[in-house]
Amino acid sequence: MSSSTSLLNLMAPPKGWGSPKYADDGGSVITTNVDTVVNSLLNWGRVNSVWFMLFGLACCAIELMQTGGPRSDMDRFGSAPRPSPRSSDLFIIAGTLTYKMALRVKRLYDQMSEPRYVISMGSCSNCGGLFQYAYSVCKGVDQIIPVDIYVPGCPPRPEALLEGLLKIQEKIKSEKFLQMRYGASSAP
Amino acid sequence: MTPEAIYEKLKAEFGEEAVPEFHPVSDKNRDAWIAVAPFEIERISEYLKTTGGLSFDYLECITGVDYPDLKKIVVVYHVYSYTQRHRIVLKAFLDRDDPAMPSVVNVWSTANWQERECYDLLGVLFEGHPDLRRLLMPDDWEGHPLRKDFEEKEEYHGIPTVRPNPIELFKIQIPGKEAKAS
Repeated sequence: MSSSTSLLNLMAPPKGWGSPKYADDGGSVITTNVDTVVNSLLNWGRVNSVWFMLFGLACCAIELMQTGGPRSDMDRFGSAPRPSPRSSDLFIIAGTLTYKMALRVKRLYDQMSEPRYVISMGSCSNCGGLFQYAYSVCKGVDQIIPVDIYVPGCPPRPEALLEGLLKIQEKIKSEKFLQMRYGASSAP
Repeated sequence: MTPEAIYEKLKAEFGEEAVPEFHPVSDKNRDAWIAVAPFEIERISEYLKTTGGLSFDYLECITGVDYPDLKKIVVVYHVYSYTQRHRIVLKAFLDRDDPAMPSVVNVWSTANWQERECYDLLGVLFEGHPDLRRLLMPDDWEGHPLRKDFEEKEEYHGIPTVRPNPIELFKIQIPGKEAKAS
């Protein structure tokens, strides 16, 4: 909403109907950019269909199942489990990550299509947690793939994981998907 | 059957060299155990399983223990009999630099994975094992992590194996205080 040349303002009052009180004043009509509208529509769709990959590593996976269960229903935010990395948007690393599994997790992440988001759930996948000094445990999932949200706890309660999901949704809402996807030039 | 009777039976069958020591239950030993010669283990296991009155039909677990000061690696067999309801512990003392002993897979097939685990973590070579690969660690892992002298590498496939302490990273350095201390 910067320059008045790109305004979608079909219902602006005729010129001379009183002086505008501020820049971009469109009378009684809310004015906006086309791409802002399209972005917010696209983001509205993406926010309400954050499908996560059905993937658990350790005891955090039990808590992940509880989050999908009836009491704290993850589905009401539009987040449904998917059995394949190729059709999922969100990767929840739930549990202790060993070196043997770390290579597989990297591979699964590479198979996901962009835009993709990662929640690191629990102390073990945040930093190694209880098994920080073990010979076989990867000290944090952020050493192999980029992480968007860290959820602390051992294991985190379902409410905490839902909070992480809501944070992911906030992050998606703040993105400009058109520019990310098609490189459409527009006012920022 | 009491552990003493089991030991006497083994000694009568195989001789003193195959079963050199017997340690009864005491304050130090919660289970009675028999030291066995490592290269007799398969014959002894076969005898323990098939002889009536002994009939040890269940191998509970195989454990490896590293004793760097004794220069030994000890492989411990806990064997139980469901029909006779008695238990005995066998210990085989191996050379730490070259630990090798026969496999008991042909007697108790549950030994397959347990010997693989023992090989993985301690490097004991079980001769005659059908499929002696690593069980828990990745196939390209170097070293045996439960040995006392195992040293962790700095990275594994580009993944660093240490993570800096965040408290050390974000500790506020006050210059005046350090100057005073030094």
